Amino acid sequence: MTTISSMPLLQVEHLTMRFGGLVAVGDLSFDVARGQITALIGPNGAGKTTVFNCITGFYKPTEGRLTLNHDANHHYLLERLPDHDINWKARVARTFQNIRLFQGMTVLENLLVAQHNTLMRASGYSLLGLFNAKSYRDQADLALQKALHWLERIHLLDRADDAAGDLPYGDQRRLEIARAMCTDPLLLCLDEPAAGLNPKESLELNTLLTGIRDEGKTSLLLIEHDMSVVMTISDHVVVLDYGVKIADGTPDAVRNDPKVIAAYLGVDDDEVAEVEAEVGL
Amino acid sequence: MAIFIQQLINGLTLGSIYGLIAIGYTMVFGIIGMVNFAHGDVFMVSAFVALLLFMIFTTLLHWALVPALLVVLVLAMAITGLWNWTIERTAYRPLRGSFRLAPLISAIGMSILLSNLIQVIQGPRNKPVPPMFTQVIPIYEENGYVAGIGYKQIVIMVVTAVLLALFWYLVQKTPLGRAQRACEQDQKMAALLGIDVDRTISLTFVMGAALAAVAGVMYIMYYGVVNFADGFVPGVKAFTAAVLGGIGSLPGAVIGGLLIGLIETMWSAYFSIDYKDVAAFSLLAITLVFLPTGLLGRPEVEKV
Amino acid sequence: MSTDMSSPSSTFPMVKSLKQAGFVGMVMFGLCVPIVAFRAEQNMNNELVLQSRWWLTLVFSVLAMIGSFLLSLYTHQKSHTAHSSAPSSVTKALSALAPRLTPLGFACVIAYPMVMLAINGPGGSIKWIDNFGIQILIYVMLGWGLNIVVGLAGLLDLGYVAFYAVGAYAYALIATKVIPDTFPELGFWSFWICLPISGLLAALWGIILGFPVLRLRGDYLAIVTLAFGEIIRLVLINWVDFSNGYAGLSSIPRPSFFGIPFNASEEGFAAVFDLEFSPIYRTIFLYYVILALSLLTAFVTIRLRRLPIGRAWEALREDEIACRSLGINTTITKLTAFAIGAGFGGFAGCFFAARQGFISPESFVFLESAQILAIVVLGGMGSLFGVVVASIALVGGIEILRELDFLKQVFGEAFDPSQYRMLIFGFAMVLMMLWKPRGLIAHREPSIVYKEKKSIGSDMVQEGHG
Repeated sequence: MTTISSMPLLQVEHLTMRFGGLVAVGDLSFDVARGQITALIGPNGAGKTTVFNCITGFYKPTEGRLTLNHDANHHYLLERLPDHDINWKARVARTFQNIRLFQGMTVLENLLVAQHNTLMRASGYSLLGLFNAKSYRDQADLALQKALHWLERIHLLDRADDAAGDLPYGDQRRLEIARAMCTDPLLLCLDEPAAGLNPKESLELNTLLTGIRDEGKTSLLLIEHDMSVVMTISDHVVVLDYGVKIADGTPDAVRNDPKVIAAYLGVDDDEVAEVEAEVGL
Repeated sequence: MAIFIQQLINGLTLGSIYGLIAIGYTMVFGIIGMVNFAHGDVFMVSAFVALLLFMIFTTLLHWALVPALLVVLVLAMAITGLWNWTIERTAYRPLRGSFRLAPLISAIGMSILLSNLIQVIQGPRNKPVPPMFTQVIPIYEENGYVAGIGYKQIVIMVVTAVLLALFWYLVQKTPLGRAQRACEQDQKMAALLGIDVDRTISLTFVMGAALAAVAGVMYIMYYGVVNFADGFVPGVKAFTAAVLGGIGSLPGAVIGGLLIGLIETMWSAYFSIDYKDVAAFSLLAITLVFLPTGLLGRPEVEKV
Repeated sequence: MSTDMSSPSSTFPMVKSLKQAGFVGMVMFGLCVPIVAFRAEQNMNNELVLQSRWWLTLVFSVLAMIGSFLLSLYTHQKSHTAHSSAPSSVTKALSALAPRLTPLGFACVIAYPMVMLAINGPGGSIKWIDNFGIQILIYVMLGWGLNIVVGLAGLLDLGYVAFYAVGAYAYALIATKVIPDTFPELGFWSFWICLPISGLLAALWGIILGFPVLRLRGDYLAIVTLAFGEIIRLVLINWVDFSNGYAGLSSIPRPSFFGIPFNASEEGFAAVFDLEFSPIYRTIFLYYVILALSLLTAFVTIRLRRLPIGRAWEALREDEIACRSLGINTTITKLTAFAIGAGFGGFAGCFFAARQGFISPESFVFLESAQILAIVVLGGMGSLFGVVVASIALVGGIEILRELDFLKQVFGEAFDPSQYRMLIFGFAMVLMMLWKPRGLIAHREPSIVYKEKKSIGSDMVQEGHG
């Protein structure tokens, strides 16, 4: 018997995704441990986002199994769930590489849409809500409190009534994370959360993400190109190249792996030195 | 069997007409991603233009039938091209890149405008022309029923085939065709590479209209009558053909057109002529639901 | 035909504009040959003969030239007086007026039949209450119903009239065939019994038709819904046993005043309330019925927008993929929008059948769907107030065109102004899109406010992909 804490939250086993003849991901296996930040890195086109899309149900994997373990008795096979149930039942939330906020809705509305299923139940599938029943109002108030709590955490309380599309880029990135967190996920998948952020914003992001991890409810899986972010906050790194895993371990182990360095910059020695400098070796 | 052969011939003739109209839909959709709702009415306008030109050349100028038809065909293509050029220039181009529904509503308005314009300036009644090429070549006989192919059916199929070949060459082998395909892929990039996107789109509309005009001439020849309301149903059927063949694909549009023509004639012969339009519309719905990329369309991978 | 003035010179580029006008005139001339220049008419032997009308061609070409010249003059003037990026004054004024006009408009709408009655008397006011009041309100209700589907959920529906037809035929068939055979004593109540049934049936059809097609995107969905609309109409035409085909269904019971019929009998409305019998009472009553139905639609829409389902609709319009990642079942969410919109269409259809007393498939052609969609889009997607303005402009405009009989005195008896109604309607649809592609009310009101209400400009709001 494995105990809950030793059982990984997400087990990816022999995941393969083909588009026609192209193998985007080939026989990939890795684990996302509970209470940790796991980073999925690799050069452009390595298949990282495809892995994300398989985990979150936007693509159905060609082969392989994706198991999400809530506890010893509750497992979800993600490849069999429709995408909305992956969020609602299996409790996996995600963000997108090209931010997908509801641009024409306010910041606050974005966070309330994220609590749709809870509120939908409370509103008696709109019937109770239509008559403004007390039970619904209470639940709506709770949802508002939760939204405001997250706005405070991402320092956007002042902009609650602005259109999400009006926010600066960095704020939009944080809002998207807050929106995903409003669905109370066990696993939060972040697709390049630091892309396009300035160093200060990047630092804030690190604090936000480690904060989420340290609260212990949500584990994180992130795709990232910014090595400073990856090396600072992740507990575990998985490296992909051409859809195949080439390394898997702690940040220190991975950054010393010659295969990783080679994958990133070819095998040229001068460039290896450069990348070593970049990752802080 | 004789009935089957006869319906096969009729279906292919009708299908040629639908295929010609379908190309206009498919090209415009391919290049600007818009369902040109008024295309069916452009076809109807072209049929009227052809009818009037035909009358001018045969009754006023007393030309012989064959040269008159040839000139009518060329002139109708040019005039309908000008119509569609004007429509694109005034009703669609200013809306390009704005709200997605705006060009669609504009096109619906244009469709209403065109059919009612023709009603007002040409009158609401059917316009019959004297029958032409009435000879029929018998090809199969069974129990006294003779299946045959009419001269006009031969003319329609031959003209369609020749023009499609010409058109195919134009799109595949000329710089214009290359520019069109480039705009289809990525308008911004095409513009950066020095392609005049506006001109290419205009020419696409002109080409679509020219082929619709061919269909218009054939329609007049085949049915011998046209009415201001005749744009809508052939338009929807041609659109069905374009979707069935895979929207964006030129051979697909032709194959789709032939299929729709065959289905319509076979359905009329063997099931119910009253429900032939229901069959066409149902086919459209079924295709879109179960085969949204059509027979020859490329599958679309959702970008997340 | 406007070309941008490339240099901001303050003098009007006369030569260029004239050249352009000349070009436009030539194009117009080309368009008119031969379709305007000749008219084919049948003679006594059913042969076509040509009548030449070159003068008309010339008139058209000259008009086009003048129009083009005036347009370049106008754009030149405008480029020197106004900053083009600012939203136009009409949009701004309407947006600002919307909240203030609502109570006033409400009062006007309630008082309207009484005012008309006072001005025109019982005989003269029927036309104004029926053709304008009721007719516009039917379209307001249809517009509000379709707005849920198109404006909020961003699903393009070109076959909305199908649900209108379902509602109308449901009432007509139940009231003329089912109720007299089973519960004849309920006769006077049939409208009130059938109203919810019609709405539910239409909603059910919304679900049946919507379920297979709602995963289609954009224009494909529009075309499929158009196909469904046409299929329903063609079935109504061809299935004569069921719907009586082209001939339609007649002597449909008219609504009663909650059980009291509007007739000249002893139990009739006029006798009961001790009034002189006049058909105007029924018209006025019908006016208030459709007003109440419309307000119900508005109330439900406003409420639903603030509930999770309404927010999910708008989120769906903004970004369907993000919705799915947040656990929203997009199929069910779309279906509810489709079903609720269809349900309101069914109510309106039931009312329509009861008001006309006669229905035939001719009332449910594609043009109706196009007209309702045009009202929603012109109003500004999602805006209830915009739908009202657009209905008044489009439907009222069409009705006004019926009143153009005086033109017969100008152009002679052969001139039939009603012929030009749809021509002008189509032309107006194109012009309005060119003028206001995002509709008259081009901003969105947030559904919840934390501190300060800020409306959201249309450039931010997405239009939906499905």
